[in-house]
Amino acid sequence: MKSPACTACPAIPGHVRGHAKEPPQSCTPAPALRMRLVAICLALLAGVALAPMAGAQEASLDHWPTERTSDPAALQRGARLFVNYCLNCHGASQMRWNRLRDIGLDETQIKSQLIFSGQKVGEMMTVAMNPRDAKVWFGKAPPDLSVIIRARNTEEHHGTDYVYTLLRSFYRDRSTLTGWNNAVYPNIAMPNILWQRQGPRVATITHVEWEERPAADGKSGPERVLTKSVNVFDADGYLTTTKTVVADGSPETSVAFAPSDPKAAAAVDDEVADLVAFLNWMSEPGAATRYRIGIWVMGFLVIFLLCVRWLNKVYWRDIK
Amino acid sequence: MALHESRYRGLLGWFDSRMPSVMIAFRAHMSEYYAPKNFNFWYFFGSLALVVLVIQLVSGAFLAMHYKPDANSAFWSVEFIMREVSGGWFIRYMHSTGASFFFIVVYLHIFRGMLYGSYKKPRELVWLVGSCIFLALMAESFFGYLLPWGQMSFWGAQVIINLFDSIPVIGPDLSTWIRGDFVIGDATLNRFFAMHTMMIPTILMGLMGAHIFALHDVGSNNPDGVEIKDHLGPDGHPLDGIPFHPYYTVHDMYGIGVFLIAFFAVVFFAPEMGGVFLEGNNFIPADPFQTPLHIAPLWYFTPYYSILRATTAGFLPFIAAGVLGYGVLTYFTVRLMQVRIAVAAVTAVLLALLVGPTHLDAKLWGVALMGASTTILFILPWLDRSPVRSMRYRPVWHRGVLGLFVVAFFVLGVLGMLPPNPGRTVISQICTGIYFGYFLLMPWWSRMGDFLPVPDRVRFAAH
Repeated sequence: MKSPACTACPAIPGHVRGHAKEPPQSCTPAPALRMRLVAICLALLAGVALAPMAGAQEASLDHWPTERTSDPAALQRGARLFVNYCLNCHGASQMRWNRLRDIGLDETQIKSQLIFSGQKVGEMMTVAMNPRDAKVWFGKAPPDLSVIIRARNTEEHHGTDYVYTLLRSFYRDRSTLTGWNNAVYPNIAMPNILWQRQGPRVATITHVEWEERPAADGKSGPERVLTKSVNVFDADGYLTTTKTVVADGSPETSVAFAPSDPKAAAAVDDEVADLVAFLNWMSEPGAATRYRIGIWVMGFLVIFLLCVRWLNKVYWRDIK
Repeated sequence: MALHESRYRGLLGWFDSRMPSVMIAFRAHMSEYYAPKNFNFWYFFGSLALVVLVIQLVSGAFLAMHYKPDANSAFWSVEFIMREVSGGWFIRYMHSTGASFFFIVVYLHIFRGMLYGSYKKPRELVWLVGSCIFLALMAESFFGYLLPWGQMSFWGAQVIINLFDSIPVIGPDLSTWIRGDFVIGDATLNRFFAMHTMMIPTILMGLMGAHIFALHDVGSNNPDGVEIKDHLGPDGHPLDGIPFHPYYTVHDMYGIGVFLIAFFAVVFFAPEMGGVFLEGNNFIPADPFQTPLHIAPLWYFTPYYSILRATTAGFLPFIAAGVLGYGVLTYFTVRLMQVRIAVAAVTAVLLALLVGPTHLDAKLWGVALMGASTTILFILPWLDRSPVRSMRYRPVWHRGVLGLFVVAFFVLGVLGMLPPNPGRTVISQICTGIYFGYFLLMPWWSRMGDFLPVPDRVRFAAH
């Protein structure tokens, strides 16, 4: 299967994430009002109001391959990964084991291949880990994952893209408690759970940002300079930072990973896509039913509308 | 006792001869209530509001069968409804979508009133009761939004309840009284559930009844703003009026058909509406120890929230200048000496509280302005001095003024959803000025310009 790794920048070897932020776009709505003055006010207001919105974008996320949304094979592989890797610390306390029949598994398969804890097939996918212990061990109790994709939805990004990028952005960092850090969620409490499958990776995190420095002559106020800091975390988590002043450019953050085993890393990318497909399905197991029923409801309502339209016409004939 | 002599036959006659009030009410409010025949698109939203109210009452009742108003189980009981209750997701999405559609419909209904002067004499009471409905609806949605017990529920309620804290003297006690605790907790959730499901819906239904009674006593306005009762036919009914039933029942059914398509398209295909109707953060259980980065109320409150945030300490001098200008304008345009003295006194007190040595905190002024922005609707009938009702016969530039108001309201709404920054604050301050200026300057601008002659009878082209 084709690797789902970042398709937006295929020219750069290894996995590269993060692109330069787009320049702020001024937004000029079409004048909808009769009075030109009002239209101009509207355009000005909207332009000023919305321009900073484009500028304040967060670091761009990779796109989760949405075609896996209802792909049963991907969902089943995702379920297996979920049970093996996630369901030790994270629960899915709103998911009943036998609901997995909705993704094409039967009860025998669920019992023999997925339930390792001796739970019954009608029970919820809970974990034995006590949240209080977890808080002591990790500093934070691992969140329940039943609705995690929906919880990570914002107006800027979809939860699937966020989790897909997050799970593939771990790097070794000696300075943290677990020895792992994350480029999407800095100082995450969670370790990289797929590290054995992924193999060692070198992470390069580049920040280009404005910095205030005392002026060279020591008299005038601080001056703003654009600095580029390249932080390289080697496979053992040792950090090397090089900082340079750049002449021009715009503030941005980019992250690049260089896996020592690109094939294994690409396979993990593929697996994470399946896992996210499962998490997405689990966030709203009824979504497919909702769409299916919705189409029938729309059909009914259109017929209803035609009937009442005709009724209205017939009755209003006598109103002169 | 003898039976009432019924005009109906059969089963209805049997019923009517024993309980005539039902058919008397039906005739008074439906089959013999004469409504102007020239209602247009804008007149759908009154009956649609009633439809949404019914959707909310029914779906809410079914939700309450499974929801648990308990801080430990509330969040997961909603998720239980979404997954385990048969059709639970459908009921829940109807209720959450219904909340947003209620406000869409009500905002359009209010706009209709402003467009055609529906609040003007003799319909002031209809408008006043309607304004009460609007306040009750806001209370209803505020109480209801805490119930899913997600992060936004919790922190949204936190922000709003803390506003009461800034009221001098009674503030802290008042906010504790509202919460039922020193922090938002189980007691708060329980009482909000009671308010949301019992108290406010009852009030809302009573007010809706009063709104319709008040309307049917004076008769409906229409896009021409013509009084149809001035021209009665030989049968004593308005010449331009038609029985509400069946003509407007079938007409409104048509509107309801279109509405239901839009409503259920959202319910089935976009219940989150891109995070505007259902926010991502609200799928995280409420955590009193973790404040979300960006707290915004639901979209229908954001215009007022923007006004609150626009009222910074730096904005107070501008408000003071506005108050001073308004005081001067009023002083020199009213004739009665008593009114002049009162205006001067009120202006002086407001100035002292705004920029004097005894001035109040900007936060308190923000709360006051936010309160004023919703309650100012009540005095609209007495602010509008236009000789005609409908926008159709007012000077064309009046439409521009109303349009500017709508744009300011819309911009405030959008800005209220975004995190603040200096540029946005300035824009929201300008829009706050436009918002209040529209109402407060109305006694002057509403009678300026050339008004067109209002026709005797309504304009109507047969369908």
